[in-house]
Amino acid sequence: MDIGIAADFNLSDFVAAHEGKDQLRLITCGSVDDGKSTLLGRLLWETQMVADDQITALGSASRRHGTQGDAMDLALLVDGLAAEREQGITIDVAYRFFTTDKRRFIVADTPGHAQYTRNMATGASTADLAILLVDARTGATPQTRRHALIAASLRVRHAVVVINKMDLVEWSEARTREISESARALCDGLGFESVVVIPLSALDGENVVHRGGSCGWYTGPTLLEHLETVPVLPARPSPFRMAVQWVNRPDPSFRGLAGEVSGSPVRVGDSVTILPAGQTAKIARILGQDGDVAVAHAGTAVTLLLDRPVDVSRGDVLADPAQLAQVGRAISARLLWYGDTPGAVGDRFLLKLGTRTVTAKITSLVGRVSLDTLEIEPATTLAPNDTGDVVLTLERPIAYDLYSESRSMGGFVLIDPETFDTVALGLVQAAARVPVAPSDSHTRSLAKAVSYRALGSIATATIAWAYTGNLGASLAIGGVDAVSKMAIYFVHERLWDRISFGKAKHP
Amino acid sequence: MGAVDTLLRPDARTLASLPNVTTQLASGRTMSHLKALEAESIHILREAFAESTNPVLLYSIGKDSSVLLHLACKAFAPGRLPFKLLHVDTGWKFREMIAFRDARVAELDLDLVTHTNAEGVARGIGPLTHGTDIHTDVMKTQGLRQALDLHGFDLAFGGARRDEEKSRAKERVFSLRTQGHQWDPRRQRAEPWRLYNGRKRPSETMRVFPLSNWTELDVWLYINAERIPVVPLYFAAPRPVIARDGGLLMVDDDRLQPRDGEVIETRSVRFRTLGCYPLTGAVESEAATLEDVIGETLLSRVSERAGRAVDHGDAASMERRKQEGYF
Ligand SMILES: Nc1nc2c(ncn2[C@@H]2O[C@H](COP(=O)(O)OP(=O)(O)O)[C@@H](O)[C@H]2O)c(=O)[nH]1
Repeated sequence: MDIGIAADFNLSDFVAAHEGKDQLRLITCGSVDDGKSTLLGRLLWETQMVADDQITALGSASRRHGTQGDAMDLALLVDGLAAEREQGITIDVAYRFFTTDKRRFIVADTPGHAQYTRNMATGASTADLAILLVDARTGATPQTRRHALIAASLRVRHAVVVINKMDLVEWSEARTREISESARALCDGLGFESVVVIPLSALDGENVVHRGGSCGWYTGPTLLEHLETVPVLPARPSPFRMAVQWVNRPDPSFRGLAGEVSGSPVRVGDSVTILPAGQTAKIARILGQDGDVAVAHAGTAVTLLLDRPVDVSRGDVLADPAQLAQVGRAISARLLWYGDTPGAVGDRFLLKLGTRTVTAKITSLVGRVSLDTLEIEPATTLAPNDTGDVVLTLERPIAYDLYSESRSMGGFVLIDPETFDTVALGLVQAAARVPVAPSDSHTRSLAKAVSYRALGSIATATIAWAYTGNLGASLAIGGVDAVSKMAIYFVHERLWDRISFGKAKHP
Repeated sequence: MGAVDTLLRPDARTLASLPNVTTQLASGRTMSHLKALEAESIHILREAFAESTNPVLLYSIGKDSSVLLHLACKAFAPGRLPFKLLHVDTGWKFREMIAFRDARVAELDLDLVTHTNAEGVARGIGPLTHGTDIHTDVMKTQGLRQALDLHGFDLAFGGARRDEEKSRAKERVFSLRTQGHQWDPRRQRAEPWRLYNGRKRPSETMRVFPLSNWTELDVWLYINAERIPVVPLYFAAPRPVIARDGGLLMVDDDRLQPRDGEVIETRSVRFRTLGCYPLTGAVESEAATLEDVIGETLLSRVSERAGRAVDHGDAASMERRKQEGYF
């Protein structure tokens, strides 16, 4: 084997070019057969991520399993587990990498079936951009709408509608405009920072990386050009947070709080508040990834030293004192259910948010959310792949942000307390009120009113009879008293039930 | 390969055309991708450590292990590494690997545990006599399970990457092993955001792969950027080799003998991965420095595992090995 080295290869130039690269995470969404695997295979191929021995293997696999006759089936490049290959579908989340001169890309490849929304949600949870794949012949479908909705609710910032198989509709400009309008309508109001529509052919590669001669009317970017230039950083910065992963005390003189910075940068001398307890301290020292630094930006792994001894442990959150995170024992949340067994009111789980794990109970199930209409339907359980809105009550207060403000502080998982399987992915939507102590039902209040009144009215009638000697009048007084006081007691009881004064604190 | 030619293959990247720029990072807030990968790995190491009781770092002495060890030292700095290293010695590693391992352990003041499957040794199991599959299963897979059970390690860090092989692309960062170290695809957990669920029942263990999102090129660039020492076998030097089954095997000791018609020749070779020497193919190369190796990696049209005898065979074999607990 002869591998030559370019005579003028200069490592420091190459490294310098590499150092300037940032990283974009994306997710590809499409229905089965829209050409997702072919598109991804094409991107890997064109960016030189495929080695010669893989190509040889691909050549023979194409003849055996491929759908392209004797030609190479690029889809097989990204096809994973053996069982899935037999069925010709992918059923999980796979991660692929490719690099260009401008950027490094991490692609979450997830299946298109409606029943696998959970995998898509997992892939979308870290993605900056979603590719929504549409077949040029069929146009946008309810499935496209569902994918756009899931991506948007997980806060994927950019959407790219890729109209694939343009070669099968003669690269029709009218068809493109038609699909583009319906796709834009469907993404409208979902909160994407950008929505771009690109017509292409994954099979012959046109408009993926290179422009071809087939659609001179198209003036927009190729898919890769767009991926290389879309902004990675969020438009609006969020407040500083750091979830404490571990308290590092190698010797009695050093006590560092290890974690990762999110939101705005933190500087030596800044005040921080430790949540949920609420003490405040100043940052005395920041150990970054390469030693001491004066400032640490979002995404940096750090060890922070505080200027005074405060009680901090894993799971606590350091926050900007001017923009604190919320602290509470109950949250309203949207859940995407993964578990094989359904979830219902009264079920207990471990909730992990940031680095804290607490026991949580579903205290109310608001309903199941339809991913086609976004309407909430009444439900008593959440089955696998259901999306539902719930109220969760926690064993102790935690610090959190709304998911709409922070992915890292507003996203959580629910863990089965016996098998420890991850059963749901959750998004904090609002603070909730801790449900009050178990209260009497209306019928119980009524029964109590009747029994109390019966006793009371018998006493009243007896006293009246003793004074008047008139049995008829006495029974009449007892009867009127019974009815009127029962009504008064019932109203009084229900009024008190609404007042929390003096009630037990815990459910 | 006729089918291959029907697709228009883009011209091989010419290094000379790479832009010679020192890019100013926009607004000083984006991280270079290597620093972002480093931060992610440190985060994973700390999460796994915090959610386990007796973790261990699987140290295979290769370049990925070297990067993993470097990251672990950063994650828990300025203190000493708060867990042990485990090397499962099959008895067939290159001698230079063992020498390198012992030098690193002394230099960094590490706690190293080594384990060799004594029963396999007693049965005389070896790659030359029993073949790749049996040797790997007995000396590596079973040896690893024995060591984990013997020391009661509940979590093991490994240096595997998702780009190494197609079936790896779906491997989780936290990979749950049920009783007997089995990998059950249905028990693997979703990993949204950077929330890893490290909980497990007493009979279960966890494998954690902090380098999941790294590629081979990232590993080399990082080794260069951080000046991480690696085994000299990665760099080209004249070495005694035998050409066998289309590959080149290095004669590391006299257990490897030329067969009829084979000769031992001295050629300038290096290794892209390191393992048991009779199972690890060398590539002819003049790349004697890190700079040359990175240049070659960039231009190489052969995936790194092609040199590993263990990875040949049908495409489903990797997955089967995984279910058996090879990783
Ligand atoms: N004509 C044409 N066919 C395509 C194109 N992209 C994909 N296909 C074909 O559509 C079928 C499904 O593609 P595949 O990538 O396996 O779809 P997936 O199920 O979304 O991954 C295969 O037969 C592909 O060859 C395209 O741009 N043009």
